Amino acid sequence: MRKLILAVVLLAIFALMPLAADLLGQNALQTLSARILIYAMAAASLNLILGYGGMVSFGHAAYFGVGAYVVGILYSHWMSEVPIFGLFPGSNQLLITLPAAMLLSGFAALVIGALSLRTGGIQFIMITLAFAQMIFFLFVSLTAYGGEDGIIIRRSNEVPGLNMRDKTTVYYVILVVAVLYFAWMWRVVNSSFGQVLKGIRQNERRMEAMGIATFRYKLYAFVLAGMGAGLAGALMANFLRFTSPDMMHWTKSGELIIMVILGGLGTFFGPILGAAAFLILEFYLADWTEHWQLGLGIILLFVVLFTKGGILGMIDRLRGGRQ
Amino acid sequence: MILFLEQLLNGLQYGVMLFLLAAGLTLIFGIMGVINLAHGSLYMVGAFAGTWVATQADSFWPGIPAALLIAGLVGLVVEATVIRKLYARDHLDQVLATFALILIFNQLIVLIFGRQPIFTPLPEVFYGSIEIIPGLFYPPYRLMIISVGLLVAVGLYFLINRTRIGMLVRAGSTHREMVRALGVDVRLLYTVVFGLGALLAGLAGYMTGPILAVQVGMGEEILLATFVVVVIGGVGSIKGAFVAGIGLGVVDTMLRAFLPTILRGFMAPSDADALGSSISSMGIFLLMAIVLLIRPKGLFAAGG
Repeated sequence: MRKLILAVVLLAIFALMPLAADLLGQNALQTLSARILIYAMAAASLNLILGYGGMVSFGHAAYFGVGAYVVGILYSHWMSEVPIFGLFPGSNQLLITLPAAMLLSGFAALVIGALSLRTGGIQFIMITLAFAQMIFFLFVSLTAYGGEDGIIIRRSNEVPGLNMRDKTTVYYVILVVAVLYFAWMWRVVNSSFGQVLKGIRQNERRMEAMGIATFRYKLYAFVLAGMGAGLAGALMANFLRFTSPDMMHWTKSGELIIMVILGGLGTFFGPILGAAAFLILEFYLADWTEHWQLGLGIILLFVVLFTKGGILGMIDRLRGGRQ
Repeated sequence: MILFLEQLLNGLQYGVMLFLLAAGLTLIFGIMGVINLAHGSLYMVGAFAGTWVATQADSFWPGIPAALLIAGLVGLVVEATVIRKLYARDHLDQVLATFALILIFNQLIVLIFGRQPIFTPLPEVFYGSIEIIPGLFYPPYRLMIISVGLLVAVGLYFLINRTRIGMLVRAGSTHREMVRALGVDVRLLYTVVFGLGALLAGLAGYMTGPILAVQVGMGEEILLATFVVVVIGGVGSIKGAFVAGIGLGVVDTMLRAFLPTILRGFMAPSDADALGSSISSMGIFLLMAIVLLIRPKGLFAAGG
């Protein structure tokens, strides 16, 4: 029940944000809010493997970047009217580019996951980082698609019946996709699949003894997480009308982990609150001083060393509840 | 052939640099079980501190003790205030806390020195180049780096294999719990190991100064390569760090030097350069992925 109220409150805040931004005369608020929605999705997808499954993937920004690049590359081929490899035509239709982005980032996650999940512990952290770096350098080398400078997408993808040149329309499209994504995520984490995943985090050997093929479950989760990040990246490309290798730099993977931890590891609303906290902090600190990362670093250090369970855990404790 | 030998020496020089960083990192990993992303920050601190002193004194040499001293001190402070709290935590908390340290160190350096790169004065002894074998001219400064790196390697070998501290270090990297149970002051051992790692990182940072620019972010650039060395060599193994460090240094340098030229045989020069440089950037990560798939614990993994 309490979770339902929190969900309704969050939805109301995000739905009313464009109006509020208009009333206050601060358009930046709408941009900030859209970024929060998109990063919340990416962080939630990471939370699925990191928080629920206990897999510390340090290369999650790679799938985010692949999703963004799918939108960018499809758009540039649509513009030039040259098919990709002479086979697939480009596209500027959101209903085509989003599934394509999920498909390709999911495929990347499938290959990387199948190889990485053979290792564990520190080696797993490093090998996911290594694969992400390889993808990063791959896109840097693609001079046909802008290399280091990335691709400028002149216009956001079209949706039949909507005027996607209007920023507020784009915002609401992002909101709808995000709501659908979180509704799906709610079902996943509360399904038997979600329970198995939590079981693996707690004790993988026991799950194996119960006759569960843990590798396969972990790989499914890894692929689903990659697809979620790809979806978020595709939305980001549409929102910024730009993609670049910067989106998949390893520090971005670090930032996604920070968001998950800030909000509360392995909790449903954690990634949303974490992304909001991180981006709002960045927004105001950056406004105040160019050395905002100093403040961010100190806060982050404090959160890791002295709090347990991120923002959600802190709220619980402030209310006097002990876990 | 001359070009090849020259690049081989460059690779060796990069390799010993990686070794200096990886030796400390692998010990911190192996013995304390801590993933220290901030190791690159100690490298940066050493470079800035040494260069600042060298510029003030207008001489290269006073920079060395300064870099060692400051990097070591900063390392001890970091260990006492942050790392000590991370021993009992999981890898995730360690990654985050030390990631936070990177942000803090980078901004502190920006506040103190600004964003512009600074340059380390090179002593006159090292100007010009010397002829090692007929036709092969090589800058003496890089030769000095190679010899310092090899000296440190020999020194570490004796320290680890011939002294009491080394014995504890070896025991700690394979049977951590047992060392604790036998009544060794583990906390002191941890502090010593972390301090040693910081010293080596500071030394590496300062010695890189005259070759590369001393600037904010220099730590992260080499940090990832260092982690690759540690993981390939096997966590906790100095020997692994040495072999993997030299190996990676040579492979990376060779790829960067020769791959674009080879690719030019197949494609347009501009494409070949872009593809060549990105494949060479990928090279070490690809190597790590392959090694881990064959030997999930690295080449010379300490037991356990």
